[in-house]
Amino acid sequence: MIRLEKRPQPSRAWSLATPLVAVLATMVAGGLLFAVLGKDPLEAIRTIFWEPLFGEFAFYYRPQLLVKGAPLVLIAIGLSLGFKAGIWNIGAEGQYIMGALFGAGVGLAFYPHEAWYIFPLMVIAGGFGGWVWAMIPAYLKTRFGTNEILVSLMLVYVAEQFLASMALGLMKNPEGFGFPGSRNLQQYESAYNADLIAGSGMHWGVVAALIAVIFAYVLLNRHMVGYHIRLTGEAPRAAKFAGVNPTRLILFCLGTSGILAGLAGLFEVSGPSGQVSIDFNVGYGFTAIIVAFLGRLHPVGILLAGGLMALTYIGGDIAQANLQLPSSAIQVFQGMLLFFLLAFDLLTNFRLSFGKPEVA
Amino acid sequence: MTEVLLSLKGLTKAYPGVVANDTVSFDIGAGEVHALLGENGAGKSTLVKMIYGLVKPDSGEMTLRGAPFAPAEPRQARADGIAMVFQHFSLFDALNVAENIALGMENPPKMGDLASRIREVSETYGLPLDPYRTVGDLSAGERQRVEIIRCLLQDPKLLIMDEPTSVLTPQEVDILFQTLEKLRAEGTSILYISHKLEEIRTLCDHATILRLGKNVGECIPAETSASEMAELMVGSALTPPERGDREFGEVALDISGLSVPSPSAFGTALRNVHLTVRKGEILGIGGVAGNGQDELLSVLSGETLTEADAVKLGKTPIGRLGPVARRTLGVLAAPEERLGHAAAPDMSLTENAMLTGATREGLEKNGFLKWSAAKEFAERVIKDFDVRTPGPENAARSLSGGNLQKFVIGREVLQRPEVLVVNQPTWGVDASAAAAIRQSLLDLAAGGAAVVCISQDLDELMEISDNFAALNEGRLSAPRAAAGLTVEEIGLMMGGAHGMEVAHV
Repeated sequence: MIRLEKRPQPSRAWSLATPLVAVLATMVAGGLLFAVLGKDPLEAIRTIFWEPLFGEFAFYYRPQLLVKGAPLVLIAIGLSLGFKAGIWNIGAEGQYIMGALFGAGVGLAFYPHEAWYIFPLMVIAGGFGGWVWAMIPAYLKTRFGTNEILVSLMLVYVAEQFLASMALGLMKNPEGFGFPGSRNLQQYESAYNADLIAGSGMHWGVVAALIAVIFAYVLLNRHMVGYHIRLTGEAPRAAKFAGVNPTRLILFCLGTSGILAGLAGLFEVSGPSGQVSIDFNVGYGFTAIIVAFLGRLHPVGILLAGGLMALTYIGGDIAQANLQLPSSAIQVFQGMLLFFLLAFDLLTNFRLSFGKPEVA
Repeated sequence: MTEVLLSLKGLTKAYPGVVANDTVSFDIGAGEVHALLGENGAGKSTLVKMIYGLVKPDSGEMTLRGAPFAPAEPRQARADGIAMVFQHFSLFDALNVAENIALGMENPPKMGDLASRIREVSETYGLPLDPYRTVGDLSAGERQRVEIIRCLLQDPKLLIMDEPTSVLTPQEVDILFQTLEKLRAEGTSILYISHKLEEIRTLCDHATILRLGKNVGECIPAETSASEMAELMVGSALTPPERGDREFGEVALDISGLSVPSPSAFGTALRNVHLTVRKGEILGIGGVAGNGQDELLSVLSGETLTEADAVKLGKTPIGRLGPVARRTLGVLAAPEERLGHAAAPDMSLTENAMLTGATREGLEKNGFLKWSAAKEFAERVIKDFDVRTPGPENAARSLSGGNLQKFVIGREVLQRPEVLVVNQPTWGVDASAAAAIRQSLLDLAAGGAAVVCISQDLDELMEISDNFAALNEGRLSAPRAAAGLTVEEIGLMMGGAHGMEVAHV
């Protein structure tokens, strides 16, 4: 009989190995799924994992990886700080939208004036927009004890209405022949978040994501605030005993995740997307929650997880186009990845023991 | 001895890394009060869990009245007439006595019938108890009565009691003993687990002593001196802590008119607490668990804030300062709950050294952490306090209770506190480690620190404190010199019998 035994302390080796084991298990189980659907499993796996990186059209897909991965990593890093402390910001999607609106608003207000300071101002406004939106659940939680999960989630829908109103009203392109949506910032040089190296996909958002990873790593491992975040998540009473101020921690965690989500929105609207449109948001704020957990709330893990997530999205699209795999099969495949990761994660704290049952 | 009720032969139970019981054999006679004596971790609990069917022995056998006895689960043990009163009660605060008892029964009768049976049993055994009172309102002694009556309703042949007096005042202990005497007179056997020697000498007919899982001796307590039993239990003669002569300096900690509302529905409010502790003095604070000990500690550690003037360090008001500010001033604390309060279970000892040591040991600079300094500090605690662990990189939860306790106390003592507050400093710690911890508190006081020791172990408090006060329902009695206090006086300071009716036996 197989039983689970709690380890005396978490296994370091397993916490590093589980993501790899999970990816392998997903490949096996996913391959079976594709085989049942009548597709060549090896070809499907190869299409998803190999084609975007090293295939014939990789020159097109590789920049896409950065474009898709950067906002995921940027948002997930912010979320992971709160998640580690047991502060659940589920509304990054709303903060992402508000960051885009604030940032784009500043850019559009300057149109058509050209100046070097416009883009930096937009960046500040974008971060501020996300921060303001995250401060609403933070203030309500610290002042009235409301549940930040519900408040932040509901504010996503408020933000979506706000976005629609802006795209159809205040920010609508006056020269857009009545179509909804703002001016295209890609055509406004001072506001355009262009690729730093043409065609590489490497825009300012990618740089910001890398800086965020380093910032979070230093914060969590070398700074008192990060130590307090970890302590609060692991043992709230011990954190209080150590002298952690819960109010300040909530404001810091929600504020930081709001800023990062807002920046992600700003870099998207001023770069790859280019304009404020009704359907500007595509769920990065929600997918980032998965990325944060897939990366085990560790900055480097999140960087890798964001890359992996972007890979399965792009690889999935290719598989749909080339192999006629149904899109739901791709979603099941992505679900499997999360499932296996969480399942194998158990082995960090528990070990399997094969032996006779023992009454304890 | 008369007829044998339960006989244990060669019971052995091993857990990974430790043999909890190693070929333990003894007999319990019918109508006998049998003591099971041993230190924390000697294997007493594992042994009674085997008798009660909670744990299955690896080898060995038991016979009940000559017939083989191997209960697979507690229900079976209960059917064979074995009942157990656990050290930690399993009662629901929000339900009344009868409802709580009904919850533990296989086929509970109607509430009215049950209530009258509870009355009947409680009167027969001198344990007056109203079946319709809410458990949340009962004192610890009365809660224990609920557990005992729950057992007596099964008409047991053997009643197992695990450390029953740890939650009682001396007066309440007297009442309990009268009940146990009555049960014995009726022919019920009692297996009485304790490490309190005087109790055992008063009550028990026979004693079996366990050390490191082995039966190391049996004796008739009435004919054996307490020190002989202690030596059997510990394995060597213990050196009692040295007090040394100390001069008291000026007042270091001054609490006046402190009232704090209860933090939760079943917590305790502190009411008008006054106390002063001088430099070099150890103030012992006794009292039954749940009378405001945790609340008092959190007021002193800075986890609960009060009016500024209610708590003063010398002449400085510190009531509104949080834990970090108090540590900076030299007010340190070690809470009772080791895992989750004093230490984070999954964090390493180095990280746990950072938990309270950051300010005073200079483990941070501008918010940036110096992990190598924290590691050195953790190593110093491990070395000076003889913490048994392979190294500071191990998680706190991997340490045994006693070792983690030494780490937690050592972490505060080594930070040279002006005022140190400890709650249950030796709870669940073996005798030699407990002696070391007590000695370190005495040494700290000798060095001029003021020490407040909150504990439920009266022997410990008498051993180390200069002055003694007791908490009772959130009120603190006036402190008195510890030397010369009698058990009766201490009991009255703790609240006497808490208005519990005396057994009518």
